[in-house]
Amino acid sequence: MTVNDVAEAPVAAGPAGPARWERACLVSDLFPERGAAALFGDVQVALFRLPDDAAYGGHAGRVHAVQNLDPFSGAHVMSRGIVGTRAGEPTVAAPVYKQVFSLVTGVCLVAADKTPKDGLPADLVTYPVEVRGDVIYVGLP
Amino acid sequence: MVNSGTPQHLVVVGGGMVAQRLVEALRARDDAGRYRVTVFAEEPRAPYDRVGLTRWFEEGPEGIALGDPDLWADPLVTLHTDRRIESIDRTAKTVTDRLGHVHPYDELVLATGSSAAMPPIPGNDLPGVFVYRTIDDVAALRGWVEEKRRCHPAGKPVRGAVIGGGLLGLEAAGALTALDAQATVIEFGTHLMGVQVDLGGGQALKRLINGKGIGVRAETATSQMRPHRRTGHVGRLDFADGGRLDVDVVVVATGVRPRDELGRAAGLPVGERGGVVVDLSCRTEDPNIWAVGEVACIEGRCLGLVAPGNTMAEVVVDRLLGGQAEFPGADTATKLKLSGVDVASFGDAHARTQDAVEVVWADPVAGVYKKLVLSDDARTLLGGVFVGDAAPYASLRPMLGAELPGDDPSAFLLPEGGGAAPGLELPDEANVCSCNNVSAGTIRGAVTEHQCTDVPGVKACTRAGTTCGACLPLVKKLVDTELERAGIEVSTALCEHFEMSRAQLFDAVRVADLHSFSDIVARFGTGSAGNRGCDICKPVVASILASLGNGHILAGEQSTLQDTNDHMLANLQKDGTYSVVPRMPGGEVTPEGLIVVGEVARDFGLYTKITGGQRIDMFGARVEQLPDIWRRLVDAGFESGHAYGKSLRTVKSCVGSTWCRYGVQDSVGMAVELELRYRGLRSPHKLKLGVSGCARECAEARGKDVGVIATDKGWNVYVGGNGGQTPRHARLLAEDLTSEELIRTIDRFLMYYVRTADRLQRTAPWIEEVDGGLEGVREVIMEDSLGICADLDAAMARHVENYEDEWKAVLEDPEKLRRFSSFVNAPKDADPSLAYVTERGQRRPATQAERAAGVVIAGPKLEVRA
Ligand SMILES: Cc1cc2nc3c(=O)[nH]c(=O)nc-3n(C[C@H](O)[C@H](O)[C@H](O)COP(=O)(O)OP(=O)(O)OC[C@H]3O[C@@H](n4cnc5c(N)ncnc54)[C@H](O)[C@@H]3O)c2cc1C
Ligand code: SF4
Ligand code: FES
Repeated sequence: MTVNDVAEAPVAAGPAGPARWERACLVSDLFPERGAAALFGDVQVALFRLPDDAAYGGHAGRVHAVQNLDPFSGAHVMSRGIVGTRAGEPTVAAPVYKQVFSLVTGVCLVAADKTPKDGLPADLVTYPVEVRGDVIYVGLP
Repeated sequence: MVNSGTPQHLVVVGGGMVAQRLVEALRARDDAGRYRVTVFAEEPRAPYDRVGLTRWFEEGPEGIALGDPDLWADPLVTLHTDRRIESIDRTAKTVTDRLGHVHPYDELVLATGSSAAMPPIPGNDLPGVFVYRTIDDVAALRGWVEEKRRCHPAGKPVRGAVIGGGLLGLEAAGALTALDAQATVIEFGTHLMGVQVDLGGGQALKRLINGKGIGVRAETATSQMRPHRRTGHVGRLDFADGGRLDVDVVVVATGVRPRDELGRAAGLPVGERGGVVVDLSCRTEDPNIWAVGEVACIEGRCLGLVAPGNTMAEVVVDRLLGGQAEFPGADTATKLKLSGVDVASFGDAHARTQDAVEVVWADPVAGVYKKLVLSDDARTLLGGVFVGDAAPYASLRPMLGAELPGDDPSAFLLPEGGGAAPGLELPDEANVCSCNNVSAGTIRGAVTEHQCTDVPGVKACTRAGTTCGACLPLVKKLVDTELERAGIEVSTALCEHFEMSRAQLFDAVRVADLHSFSDIVARFGTGSAGNRGCDICKPVVASILASLGNGHILAGEQSTLQDTNDHMLANLQKDGTYSVVPRMPGGEVTPEGLIVVGEVARDFGLYTKITGGQRIDMFGARVEQLPDIWRRLVDAGFESGHAYGKSLRTVKSCVGSTWCRYGVQDSVGMAVELELRYRGLRSPHKLKLGVSGCARECAEARGKDVGVIATDKGWNVYVGGNGGQTPRHARLLAEDLTSEELIRTIDRFLMYYVRTADRLQRTAPWIEEVDGGLEGVREVIMEDSLGICADLDAAMARHVENYEDEWKAVLEDPEKLRRFSSFVNAPKDADPSLAYVTERGQRRPATQAERAAGVVIAGPKLEVRA
């Protein structure tokens, strides 16, 4: 399989790039087309490994990382959402109230008539991912 | 006296259907509050749907509730039930009620309806002789039949006779058979339903009625009703021709008599055959007294149908508010509401118009007779009679008085599929719903102007179809056409990834024999590149694959389709933890089982609660705890309760004949058997069943998708009930089944539902959408009208055979267990954001305020001590 070997998502840490790269897991630890949470201190990140399917276009086989906090429920559950596409864009749906987010940009594509909890931003923070050999690294601010 | 500030007092005598409509119309139109209304009803209840009276046997009083009950809470409306009015004083402008209270009125409306006529046959006052007009009548009738059955030696049927073979008599005969009594209809005239149907139709009708197990004796006059020697109850009918018939119960349905006694006593003119005479504005001779409904004699006659009564109510309201409305003439179209017997007629059914042409299509063997009455040039529709196949009725009736399209009117009578009937485009003025006087234009307007997008919406908006329901097929057709025209696609597409509905996709997957999402989306997904499904279609495909038997739901690619509940085999709660529900079939649990559940909950710090489905729910389990929790439960003999799935939840039961002194069957045993049979069955929505051990119905089975109620002889099965936001009572599907028949019936019902319902459609709305409604479902699963029963049986047999406990299978497979880790880089660490407080001795998630105030007593890892 192919995985992305360069960071490609917009970087949460700003123009300077991530402050640190943290080892998350092996590529084989992730089930294709499902998410998994990773814990770095207090920070929870949701990792998604897209399968090698042509429907994901240039994203096929890549790993994406977004915040695990679901802004609409306040629970840390984004990693447990269903992965799919909307108009060709890879997406994840929040498992609690079913909002849909782009896995690439973190943008909330479908708010499903809800507003985020406690004034949280509706869009998800994305994190850069690097795959070195078999190991997945996440760039943190 | 014009609007003086204080409202005028409108008094309505009679609390029937038409009174209800009058008050409803007045409150809808009298924005300025010019009138306050007081209704005096003789019956001890608010107006109900008398047209649907026969439904009372099946659905109880809620089944025939009428209109919005809030009407009676309106501050300008007062309803006095059980309060007959005894007299009117026209000079003082007052009425006096049965308690002697005197009430002044400014305007008075008589809406006293009719009473059932009782022919002067000797013996008509014997115990056991009933009429069929009010809820009290039908309740007494049922009580009598049940009492007779109790006293009879086992197996001897209760014998009933109905005097009168009209619309009402046939309905009563149907009710007797539904009560499991024999029924014979005695008709004085040459044939049944003589008012509506001609001789040819009457003969076809007789065959259909006989086919329902109801006897018919036409051209028979009853000369005497004789008491039974010992009981003094009615025991025998003697006929003028010398014949006789032994009976245990008699229902008299020979017609109605307007209740004009108040008007008569007040000196108002009454018609030749009764009824308070009114003009076209529904006003009596007294300018402040009006009469509406069956008591009104309008254009020289009283009308025994609800539709013209409702029209009169609207006319009076318009007049009271200063309008000039006039009664436009009566629509006397009628349809028999006897399940399985299709009879309808409208217009000049007897072809009494000069030079009328009749076009008849008859199939005596099948008991079908259809006739159109046309003007002399065979173009304009004057009336029609339909027996055995009333399908054309709904669309033809509104064409009354209009020219039929096409050259050959007989095309409308051919059996469906036998010839293409020309498309009917109803004019806007055509009256589609005669009960509620709703035109085709109004229905179209509901879609185009009021943004209704489905039939329930249009029903609520226009009231069309809310009374007898005969017009519903046509309403649906109009709504669909209009939606299409408005460009509001009547889209059944699941989502952007599949253009098919769930039912279509189910069939497609089954027929094409596909077993993975990738294959299904490649074959049936919308063509666009980049289609990899979403949170709507993936769970649907998951459910379809599960129903078709594709192994464990977490096996291979299937695992990517599951909603988090199915994926974790537990129910996600608001804080991101899950709840755990082991199966307790029929709500039965051993003391040892309870102890294990208690220990597990205590050891893992879970909040416990008893569910409405008679089992125990444990809340607050974290992902990484689920396997440990389940290992202990599985070791103790528990298995997954599937509380997380769109699947069978529980079969609730009462304790039944094993303990209860009233029980007639072992309801718990049956519930356990059903739950074990259908456990794990994936479906379009959750499924709940219930079993009660006798008619007292302690298990509330009729609030379930499938409700089973024990009888002396076996089981009655009801379908389509649910609680929740729009509660529904289940309706009777079949009676007195053996256990084996019961299971086969439920097998087929569930499988048919699983295959053909829409996504997230529960059984009640699904039944409504099946062609023919509940009757249609019955034909498919009990008479095999589609020839699919063997297939449904086989599918259920496969389900039963292939069942495995999903949790046990997970515990045995390290690859599946790997999914249950909290963090991929710290698989056993608890989510650090969780926080709890104690309430009533158990823990619950802390609120935002409690977190802020620091009252949190436990983080995720601290277990609560008892
Ligand atoms: C079993 C059955 C089936 C039917 N099926 C159909 C059908 O399919 N289609 C159809 O169009 N019609 C049908 N009808 C007829 C329809 O129900 C009546 O036409 C309609 O109910 C008439 O309404 P109403 O308000 O005039 O009279 P009702 O509904 O009879 O109401 C009159 C009320 O006034 C009360 N009352 C009488 N006198 C007094 C008094 N002095 N003081 C206070 N209250 C008084 C009575 O107790 C009664 O409750 C059916 C009737 C029955 C019984
Ligand atoms: S439904 Fe009947 S058998 Fe069951 S508990 Fe109630 S009374 Fe007893
Ligand atoms: S015609 Fe009876 S409800 Fe419409």
